[in-house]
Amino acid sequence: MKIAVCVKRVPDSEARIKIGADKTSIDESGVKFVLNTYDEYAVEEALKLKEAAGSGEVVIVSVGSEAAKETIRTALAMGADRGVLLEADAVGLDPLPVARALAAELKDGGYDLILFGKLASDDYSHAVGVMVAELLELPCASAATKLEIADGKGIAEREIEGGVEVVEFALPAVVTADKGLNEPRYPALRGIMMAKKKPLEVKDAALDAGGVEIVLLTLPAERKKGRIVGEGADAVPALVDALRNEAKVL
Amino acid sequence: MANVIAVLEQRDGTLKRVSHEALTAARTLADAMGGEVHALVIGPSGVSGDGLGDYGADKVFVAADDALALYQPDLYAATAADVVQGGDYGVVILAATAMGKDLAPRVAARLGCTLAADVTAIQYDGGVVVTRPVYAGKAVYTLKLTGVPSVVSLRPNAVTPEQNAKAGAVEATSAAGGAARATTAEVKQPDRAALDVAEASVVVSGGRGLKEAEHFKLIEDLAAAVGGAVGASRAVVDAGWRSHAEQVGQTGKTVSPSLYFAVGISGAIQHLAGIRTAKVIVAINKDPDAPIFKVADYGIVGDLFEIVPRLTEEIKKIKEG
Repeated sequence: MKIAVCVKRVPDSEARIKIGADKTSIDESGVKFVLNTYDEYAVEEALKLKEAAGSGEVVIVSVGSEAAKETIRTALAMGADRGVLLEADAVGLDPLPVARALAAELKDGGYDLILFGKLASDDYSHAVGVMVAELLELPCASAATKLEIADGKGIAEREIEGGVEVVEFALPAVVTADKGLNEPRYPALRGIMMAKKKPLEVKDAALDAGGVEIVLLTLPAERKKGRIVGEGADAVPALVDALRNEAKVL
Repeated sequence: MANVIAVLEQRDGTLKRVSHEALTAARTLADAMGGEVHALVIGPSGVSGDGLGDYGADKVFVAADDALALYQPDLYAATAADVVQGGDYGVVILAATAMGKDLAPRVAARLGCTLAADVTAIQYDGGVVVTRPVYAGKAVYTLKLTGVPSVVSLRPNAVTPEQNAKAGAVEATSAAGGAARATTAEVKQPDRAALDVAEASVVVSGGRGLKEAEHFKLIEDLAAAVGGAVGASRAVVDAGWRSHAEQVGQTGKTVSPSLYFAVGISGAIQHLAGIRTAKVIVAINKDPDAPIFKVADYGIVGDLFEIVPRLTEEIKKIKEG
């Protein structure tokens, strides 16, 4: 099985976000960057499928700056075979140019399956994987919490409001991973050492401009200072009164 | 280029509340742009576009076909793209639900246009300007969309549906043909009574402070009393007490209810990020120094096992009363 996994370098979810001097991006100083959490599920799923098939190749592809090499190495350390960096100095907020660059790279790769995380925890677009499927005219199941692949066919489950959709498709296909799909492995020391020697090809991403102009990046508005209405169950009537008469939400 | 089209969402032939939110946002935007609001309803035969004029639709397209009863990604995307291409639209609005998050990028890719996902506000200011929380709600972008059309998905509960009577003339349109690349075979475990945390206007979430999975009964009872959805912190989802579908926060769902109860949740940064746009937050926790109290509008410090049953009882009295 030949599987591509598209990954992104993002700030660690624990990172405190500060706004940069240009007021249109974050201040990256002191911020730790990691492999996007949802991409870890995608990498894990690819490795499991390759292991189950007994042979194959898992290729990690990322659009990003040179620093994204480190992110690709993380996925290689988990067990992927090789990496491709589509290098771009700046990746904008319109997902379509990114999807186009990935689609161009993946188009003739002969992949049975192309996996993504369902979203990147920086821009939260939930879009690039689905767009790549559309551009390549491949079947796609997004936000999968379960995936079964057998005999050239796939069945994925995705959580929707009040239920679970069961999606059937034939390979080749695109699947984006949600939490719950699997438990990603940690790279072992041996994997980390081996990753350094695995091939990592760098190409120019040639992103087009897209249709999103950043006006401003701000911290979210501070919430109005609240108050403790009291201690213990005796405070319940005061809370209910405040919710009814002050906040008017009951 | 000044018309706005809202692609609406139905379940079992009935339009969801988020559809009225999308229409309301479309109306406000179209009024500022000097255009009309069109709506597109895709669903099983018999699905109705009646009454959408009440929420500001000038014209309503209905693509009704039994093959479209469930969300079929390829057929829905092709149908929506056909309708958008057949008109003169500046903006396409969908709700950022499970369906919308899948459908919006498909439509944008088919149209070769810009997508702004999960926006909390959309307005016209010499151009289409949207507000988008990013970094799990830890920062907020203001973006100008220069593509025509642009596709926008709107976070549930970000806009309150408003009545605004327009013609709402219904016109049947054909569902796109062609083979579906992927097929939604069924919806399992459909629980029509259960409210989803991302869409509910009241959410009651429980955390580690509940000590055991069984104690979530307290949360369920309070949620039932207020007519809200049950949510959960990451800690209890990771512990296997609750399903991931209920998780609120960075690796779960971002919520914007009018009322949010955090019960026995200390308030890790990932959780706080997911509730930042809730209108009113109530925290119940035994630790007065818990970070949750920093974002809460109202707090009670104490034993949740005493406080929550009392609260459920008081709220029941009001609702019955």
